[in-house]
Amino acid sequence: MSALLEVRDLTVRLRVGGADREVITGTTLEIAEGESMGLVGESGSGKSMTAKAIARLLPAGATVEGSVRFAGTDVLGLSGADLRRHRAKVAVVFQDPRAHINPVRRIDDFMTESLRTLEDVPRAQARTRAADALEEVGIDDPARRLRQFPHELSGGMLQRVMIATALLSRPLLLLADECTTALDVTTQAEVMAILDDLRRDRGLSMLFITHDLELAGAVCDRTSVMYAGQVVETSAAHRLHADPLHPYSAALVQARPDVTSTADRLVAIPGRPVSAFEAPSGCRFAPRCPHALDGCRGHEQTLADLDAGRVRCERAATLRGRLLDPTESPTESEETADA
Amino acid sequence: MLRFLLRRGAMLVATLLVASFAVYGALDLAPGSPIAALTGGRTPSPEVLAELNARYHLDDPFLVRYWNWLTAALTGDLGQSIPLRENVSTLIGQRIGVTASLVALTSLVIVVGGVGLGLLGALRKGAVDTGVVLVSTVSAAMPSFAAAVVLQFLFGVRLGWLPVLGTGTGFADSLKHLVLPALALAATSVALVTRVTRTAVREELDKEHVQTAVSRGLPWSSVVRRHVLRNAAIPITTVVGLTVASLIALSAVVETAFGLNGLGAYLVQAALNKDFAVVQGISLVLVVAFVVTNLLVDLAYALLDPRVALGSRAS
Amino acid sequence: MSIPVPSGVPAGVAAEVLDPVAEVEAAAARGGLRRVRLGVLGWVSLVVVALAAVLAVVGPLVRPFDPNLSDLSFAYVGPYGSHLLGFDGQGRDLFSRLLVGARTTFLGAAFVALVAVAVGSGLAVTAAWFGGRVDRWVSAGLDVVFAFPGILLAVVAAAVFGAGLMSAGLALAVAYSPYIARVLRSAALRERAMAYVAALEVQGFGAWRLCLRHLLPNISGLVVAQGTILFGFAMVDLAAISFLGLGVQSPQADWGVMVSEGKTGLLQGYPMESLTAVLCIVVVVSAVSFLGDRLESAGKQAHR
Repeated sequence: MSALLEVRDLTVRLRVGGADREVITGTTLEIAEGESMGLVGESGSGKSMTAKAIARLLPAGATVEGSVRFAGTDVLGLSGADLRRHRAKVAVVFQDPRAHINPVRRIDDFMTESLRTLEDVPRAQARTRAADALEEVGIDDPARRLRQFPHELSGGMLQRVMIATALLSRPLLLLADECTTALDVTTQAEVMAILDDLRRDRGLSMLFITHDLELAGAVCDRTSVMYAGQVVETSAAHRLHADPLHPYSAALVQARPDVTSTADRLVAIPGRPVSAFEAPSGCRFAPRCPHALDGCRGHEQTLADLDAGRVRCERAATLRGRLLDPTESPTESEETADA
Repeated sequence: MLRFLLRRGAMLVATLLVASFAVYGALDLAPGSPIAALTGGRTPSPEVLAELNARYHLDDPFLVRYWNWLTAALTGDLGQSIPLRENVSTLIGQRIGVTASLVALTSLVIVVGGVGLGLLGALRKGAVDTGVVLVSTVSAAMPSFAAAVVLQFLFGVRLGWLPVLGTGTGFADSLKHLVLPALALAATSVALVTRVTRTAVREELDKEHVQTAVSRGLPWSSVVRRHVLRNAAIPITTVVGLTVASLIALSAVVETAFGLNGLGAYLVQAALNKDFAVVQGISLVLVVAFVVTNLLVDLAYALLDPRVALGSRAS
Repeated sequence: MSIPVPSGVPAGVAAEVLDPVAEVEAAAARGGLRRVRLGVLGWVSLVVVALAAVLAVVGPLVRPFDPNLSDLSFAYVGPYGSHLLGFDGQGRDLFSRLLVGARTTFLGAAFVALVAVAVGSGLAVTAAWFGGRVDRWVSAGLDVVFAFPGILLAVVAAAVFGAGLMSAGLALAVAYSPYIARVLRSAALRERAMAYVAALEVQGFGAWRLCLRHLLPNISGLVVAQGTILFGFAMVDLAAISFLGLGVQSPQADWGVMVSEGKTGLLQGYPMESLTAVLCIVVVVSAVSFLGDRLESAGKQAHR
C-alpha cells in the first residue's frame, strides 16, 4: 500500500473582514490506496477546511502553506485544466444534498453532467450508466427518478443520488463531508451502509469527515482527531474508540452515549471548542483538559509516534491506558504527576 | 399546465372586463357633452342635436352603450372619434407600429445593456464592477423625460449625430429616429435590470450547488453558463418582463418629447382635446398590452423554475 | 402575569404568551421606527431633501424676482447680474422660477405619497385583519387597479376632470395604492398571526384599537420606507405628467413644466431652462430614493 494522498504541515488562513484567520495549523495525514480514513472533530476544528484544501475548493483569499500530494502530483500548485482533472479524480459528497444539487435541473442532468462534459460520453449512454448507478444505491424505478427534479426527492434519496453521481466518474478518492448529518437516523444508517459497501467493492480511498467518533470507527480503517485546527491523534479506528491516546479523543469517547452499555458516565467536555485563530499558545486543548499541567501550556505540542498511532500530547505516554478508566479521576492523576 | 392557463385566462378576461368598464364609465361620466367639442361651444339647434345624438347613440342608456362598445371592440371596432370623424381603430392602426417598434427597440436595449452590464459587474470584480455600479446609479436617477431632454441636447444639438424630432421615413431613417427615444425610455430600466442581474448572479455564484459543479472539475465557463446563468435567469427574466410592461404606458412621455407619432403621444393629445372615443380605445389597447405582458412574465417564471407551482410568483 | 382564558379559545394561544407586554415591546422594536444608519451619502441625501422641503414652503417668499414677470427682450439671456441663471424663453428670471417650482413638485409628490399610503395601508390592514372573503375581494380589487399604469390613469383623469395637479395627483395616488397595499398586507398578515395580537384580542381589546395602537405602529417602519419610495416615484411621474402638459399648467412655475417649456430653447441651443430643471429633479429624486432604499433595507434587517 502506497500513500495516495499525503498532507504535510498544511496551514490554511481565510480572509475574514480584512484580517487573516488561521483555521488549520500544520495538519498532517496520509491515506493509502483503498484505505478509509476518518476525520473527527467538533465544528470549527478545521476538518471541513482540510477537505476543501484537498479538493482545492477553499474560498477566494485563502492562503495555504505546506503540501498536499495526490497520486504523485503537487495539488497546491495546480491550475487550469490540470486543476480540473484533479478535481474530477477527487469526488466530494457534501453534507446537504438539497443545497448542493442545482434545484432547477433534472436528476438526469446532474448525474450525467461530468460524463458528458468531461468525457464526451453520449447522452443516451451516460443516462444508462446513471440509471445503473441509481440501482446500485438502492433507488427503485431509476428511469422515473432521472426525469424528476431535486425537490421531488427526499433528502435520503438525494444523498444517494449524490453518492451514485460521485462514483459515476470513477474517482480515486472520495471526500465525504458530514454526508449523513442532515439525514434522519434510519436514513443515515442506510446511506452509510450503501456508501461503505460501494467503496469497499471499488477499493476506493475515502476521507470520511464526521463529528461522530463511533460512526468513523465503524466505516474507517484509521481515524484522525482534529482540535482547534490541529490533528491531535491518528490511530487505528477501532483502537481509538477503545484506547484513545489523546485526552481530547478520550473526552469525545466519554461524551458520547453508548447504546451497548448503560450510560452511567456521560461526561461533557468543560469549556467550549475553539478555532485555530483563537486557540491559546502551548497545547491548544490545555484549558479544557483534565490532565493538563503547567508545562503543557508552555510550548507547542508536536505530533509524535506512540504505539501504532500518532499523538500530539507530551503526557500521552504517562497517561496511556488510563484515559478511559472510570476509577482514574483526573485530580488523582494530576496529583501523581505533580509528585 | 392547462389548468393554470385556463385559470390565468379567466383572470385576464375578468380584469380586462372590469378595466374596460372603468375606462368607459369614467369617460362617460366626464362633465361636458362630447357634442360641445363637436360644435365648438355653439349651441346647436334641437334638430341638429337630435341628429348627432342619434348618430353617436348618445341617447341610449349607459349599460347599453357600454355593451355595444365592448362587443364592437371585440370585433376590432372601437367607435368613432367625434372631433375627427374617423374610425378609432384606423387611427390606432396608423400609430401602433411606431409605439411597438419603440417598445421593441427599448426592450432590446434593456436586455442587452442591463443584463450585459449586470453580468460584467458580477463576474469581473474590482474596477469594472465599480464602473458598472456607477453607470447604473447615474442612469437610475434619469426619468425618461429628463433623459430625453439631455440626449436631445447632447446628441442632437451639440453633436448633431442623430435626429431629435419626428418619426422619419423608410426603415433605416425610422430606426435612426428611434435610437434616442429608445435610449431615453430605457435609462431607468437599464439601471434596474443591471442591479437585479448583478445581485442575482452574485447570489448564485455563492450557492452550494455551484461549488458542487466546481468540485466535479467542470470548466468554469460551463459552470457559469449551465448553473449560474441558468438559475439567475429566473429573477432576471421576471424583472425584464415587468420593466417592459411598464414601458408601454411610459412610451407616451418619450413619444411626446421626441415628436413621435405613436399611440402614447396621440393618447395625450386626445386627452387634451377631450376626444373620449380615442382615449377609451387607446387606454384599452394599452391596458390589454400591459396585462398580457404581465401574464407572459408569470408564465416565463413558472417555466423557468420547476420548484414553483404554476401561478405563484415569488415576490 | 396571568391571562384569563375564556372557553373556546385554545389554551395554547394564551399559554404561549406568558408576557404580552414584553411581546408587544419586542414587536415594536422589530417592525417600528428605529435609528437607521445613514452614512455620508445618506446624510447628503437627507440634507438635499430637507432643503427641497424648506424651499417648497418658503420658495415663493425668498425668490429674488417675480417668477411670472416676462420681458421678451431678455429671452434666453444668460446669467446676468443678480439674475443668477439668466432668463427663460419668455424673459422670466430662471432662478426665481426654479425656487418657486419646488413647491408644486415637492408638495404634489408628498400629497400623492400620503394619499397612497393612507389608502394602501387602510386596505392592507383591513384585508389582513378580516382575512377570508374580505381579503380576497380587496386583493381582487387591487389586481384590477394594477392593470392601470400610473401615467395612463393620470392621462384618463386629465381627460375626465381636465388637466391639472389635482386630477394627476389623485390618479397617481390611486395607481400607487395597490403597490403599497400588497407589501403592507403581507407584513400585516405576519403581525396579525403573532401571539401577542391573539393575547390582546383575548383580553377584549377591540379591532380598531388593536389595529391603530398595535398592528399599524408595528409595521410603521415599512410604511415609512414604502412611503418614501413612492414619494420618489411620485415626483418623477408628476413631473412627467406636467411635462406632457396634463399636470401643473403653464405659466405656473414647476420643474416638469419648465423642462417642457425649455425644450424649444434647448433645441435652438439655449439649454439652461430645461437642463437646470432636469438637474433639480434628478438630484432631489436620487436623494429621496437613496433614503427610501436605506429605510427599506434597515427594515428588512430588523425583520431577519
